[in-house]
Parts: sequence; structure tokens; C-alpha cells
Amino acid sequence: MADTEDAGTSSVSEPLDLVRLSLDEIVFVKLRGDRELKGRLHAYDSHCNLVLGDVEETIYVVEDDDNEEETIRTIKKQEEMLFVRGDSVVLISPQA
Amino acid sequence: MENGAPSEGKDPSAFLSEIISAPVTVKLNSGVVYKGELQSVDGYMNIALEKSEEFVNGILTRSYGDAFIRGNNVLYISAQ
Repeated sequence: MADTEDAGTSSVSEPLDLVRLSLDEIVFVKLRGDRELKGRLHAYDSHCNLVLGDVEETIYVVEDDDNEEETIRTIKKQEEMLFVRGDSVVLISPQA
Repeated sequence: MENGAPSEGKDPSAFLSEIISAPVTVKLNSGVVYKGELQSVDGYMNIALEKSEEFVNGILTRSYGDAFIRGNNVLYISAQ
């Protein structure tokens, strides 16, 4: 059987390999609730629990302004170290 | 054991392995759509996409070289 399990190489045979290849790199993470994170990926597991360092969090808030038009306000926060619970993760992308 | 299932009927996961490296559309429960090349899928329906584009309400909002999508968010995967 050709069961490919080349762990250390740059192959992506299962989706989480993409995350493994992003260890110690800057990643973009999309979360539930219109939140995004950008930071260095220190650790992850199969639940997509993540440990990120030097994180910039962006929160998108929809607001009604005076003319009752919806505008999107962004809130930015900086955190030194963040543990993200996997169930709020939607997408992880390595930043080029 | 023989049951009522038609013999030519395939597993859903067989379909998924058939469309590996094909262009696909992935729709999430939130309504966001991703179009890209399917790199891999696992049993949780976690997805790795290559050269993918993100569409919110049909409008291109972002593009990713590589993207990992956590399976619980997936509504469907469609071969384009």
C-alpha cells in the first residue's frame, strides 16, 4: 500500500500539514464573530487550539450611523501571547 | 453482506478523494464562499485550499496562497 506518511517534508497530505508547515511563521487566522488575528504560530493541535505570539486582533463591528446607514468599524488590539480555543477558528492561512 | 445500496454507489469520501487537486467551491455555514484548488481533505472535513479566493455576498474580499479551513464550518464542497 502506498500510504504516504512523510512527516518532515514539505508535503501536504492532510489539511493540518498546512498548519504544521506554518509553525514559527506569521499566520492569518479568521475566527467566528468577525474577528481576525495575525501573529506568529507557536503551537497548534488537532482541535486547532492555537498559541500565537505578537498578535494583532482585528474586530469588525457593524454600526448604524446618524443617517441610519450601516458602517463597519474596525477595532485593533495588540496582544503579546494568545491561546485561541479551536472551536472558534474558521480559517488559517500562512502569510507570504 | 448485500443490502439495498446500489453497487455503483460510492462513498462520499470517495468523491472527495476523486476531486483532489481540482478547482472547487467551498461554502461555509456563514455563507462565505471559497474558490480554489483542493489540496487535501480529512475525516473532519478540514480542507486545505491552494490559490483560493474568498467571496462575501458574491464580492471578492480576499485571496490566499494557501488556506486551511476547519471542517465544522463547511456547508458543502462542490467540484466546479
